[in-house]
Amino acid sequence: MKFVDEFRDSALITRAADEIRRLADPGRQYRIMEVCGGHTHAIYRFGLKDLLPDSIELIHGPGCPVCVLPMGRIDDGLSAARDPKVIFTAFGDMMRVPGAAGSPLEHKARGADVRIVYSPADALKLARANPDRHVMFFAIGFETTAPSTALTLMRARAEGIQNFSVFCNHVTIIPGIRAILDSPDMRIDGFLGPGHVSTVIGCRPYEWIAQNERKPIVVSGFEPLDLLQSTVMLLRQLKEGRSVVENQYDRVVPWEGNIAALRAMAEVFELRPFFEWRGLGFISQSALRLRDEYAAYDAERIFQVPGVRVTDPKAAQCGEVLKGVLKPAQCKLFGKECTPERPVGALMVSSEGSCAAYHTYEFRKTLVPLSARRIPA
Amino acid sequence: MSASVVPVRFRDTQIEMAHGAGGKASRRLVDQLLAPLLLSPSAGVLADAAAVSIDGVRIAMTADAFVVRPIRFAGGSIGELAINGTVNDLAVSGARPTAIVVSLILEEGVSADTLAAEVRAMALAAARAGVQIVGGDTKVVERGKADQMYITTAGIGAYLPGLDLAPGRVQPGDKVILSGPIGDHGITILLARGDLDLEADLCSDTRSVFPLVEALAGATGGALHWMRDPTRGGVATSLNELAIDSSLSIHLQDEAIPVRVTVRGACELLGLDPLHIANEGQFLAVVAADAADRALTVLRATPGGEGAVVIGDVRPEPAAAVLVATQYGGTRIVDMLAGDPLPRIC
Repeated sequence: MKFVDEFRDSALITRAADEIRRLADPGRQYRIMEVCGGHTHAIYRFGLKDLLPDSIELIHGPGCPVCVLPMGRIDDGLSAARDPKVIFTAFGDMMRVPGAAGSPLEHKARGADVRIVYSPADALKLARANPDRHVMFFAIGFETTAPSTALTLMRARAEGIQNFSVFCNHVTIIPGIRAILDSPDMRIDGFLGPGHVSTVIGCRPYEWIAQNERKPIVVSGFEPLDLLQSTVMLLRQLKEGRSVVENQYDRVVPWEGNIAALRAMAEVFELRPFFEWRGLGFISQSALRLRDEYAAYDAERIFQVPGVRVTDPKAAQCGEVLKGVLKPAQCKLFGKECTPERPVGALMVSSEGSCAAYHTYEFRKTLVPLSARRIPA
Repeated sequence: MSASVVPVRFRDTQIEMAHGAGGKASRRLVDQLLAPLLLSPSAGVLADAAAVSIDGVRIAMTADAFVVRPIRFAGGSIGELAINGTVNDLAVSGARPTAIVVSLILEEGVSADTLAAEVRAMALAAARAGVQIVGGDTKVVERGKADQMYITTAGIGAYLPGLDLAPGRVQPGDKVILSGPIGDHGITILLARGDLDLEADLCSDTRSVFPLVEALAGATGGALHWMRDPTRGGVATSLNELAIDSSLSIHLQDEAIPVRVTVRGACELLGLDPLHIANEGQFLAVVAADAADRALTVLRATPGGEGAVVIGDVRPEPAAAVLVATQYGGTRIVDMLAGDPLPRIC
């Protein structure tokens, strides 16, 4: 596959892994956070941890929008879906995520009209095709998905569509990173910066991390070679005592971001004063809501939203795992009460969540030494 | 013990689409509710077909239900799928498919032409597979209660001589063989729904695998230890079931697993693993290591088996797990399908 296979080339990957081993000082421990859930997923899926020396520890960051969404928001969104007039739409990743009163799929089995869409534009299409129903799009995601929600809302308004709304849960990545860095038990040497988010916001918003916090950050792509090359770039900065923002993913990420996408977001959204992140608590100015000009499309204003707040079970240690203080398997519930099929905690719910990725790809193989696992060539 | 006092461990409160997707939830439903209440104690390990003895003669018996939407898709349709699916369940159990009965559940208002096309498709598939359709039943339900038609089947077959297939026969060192490229059926159905605005030049792989099974069985005999057709839940789910039922470990090599570029592309785009995607014309076989070359030679010489490959081997540890080695030397666990990425594919 073009533009994929090149970044999965065995010879190049072996070279990058060799370079990492050469650069990593065995007497030192490196704690590197990959911010984005897509990175976490790729690291496990391609077995990249097996290629890194023991001195490099990867910490899985907050960049999984499903994981950081508080449970109560799901109950709030689904409360409207009990109205038989409403078609509840969301991305596939949301469908199994439980609220206190069940997941979207469980609501579907009980009779609610719940449908998977692949983009907000599909939800709008559904609204046009069903003029006697109301289509609600349950929007999640960082700056990666927020522009498409914004453009869809702009189109809905331009067309005068009256049976469409958005339940907005969009969050912004920078406050999440700041919350992690502000956490007192946090020690991170450098960041693999999010790839998809950066296609929209560009690289400038990370400069404070490099300049004020003195942590190097390399915006990275998602293929095995991307992640290893970015790790090489980070180790070089650490070795040379530099801390700057570098862009490994420059085939996709423009330094200044996507101006048109940012404009659309600014037209439709404004910052909420504060928003709750599952596992991290309330973070000020970290999420988006619809501007007054779009009130007619704001599900939170159209429907009576109960404002459910659900605290995670005390035994779930999602916050500690999210901050890298605990490994997924060190949580008391991991693999027992909490599994990808029946998630208790936030990080088990999405395939991009670190607990789900660890459970799916890594968990049972740790029972045997690495050498016994390799298939001889 | 009468059925009323058999303890039921099934704790799910309602049936969801995942219970029909062939993965973990399906297995829970069978293991915790259906099997304890329904199966006779002599039923043994659940497989694609059950062995029944009548006056000392063992026959293979299977049942299947087809609810695919849409009913026609590139490379096949519900009628063809119903016959091939039943034939394949018997074939991978080591039996020559002999006879099938068919029940049709028709939605009020379905056109006679649509029905005739599916009946023709069934007749043609049966003729191709060399199996007789010997009876059936028809019911009609109100408009809106079915997607045009559902089909259920039951089939019987005669066991091929010299075979003994069971998870318990699988040994460390055995080789895992796959008959050809995976994921064609599941991705074809997904694209046929039209929800994705994706198009690809791809066909369902629905076909009878019996000719391949017969050739393989003839060449390997007792060295053939286990077979399965990886339908819903895909190769990952079938091999996880084997790993669990045998308490062994299956180690696959990522680059050895054949996946067409279009299937791989669609999976990349949609975040799906080809190992979880359904197939309707492929099968998995586990053979003794010294029979693997023989098995590949005979499969590749049989029409439709040109793509057969060894994709991995069986090891003692870690028990009950499937691992994939990536081409870079890393490994990952491949679990059974959890949830339901592609509803109603067969």
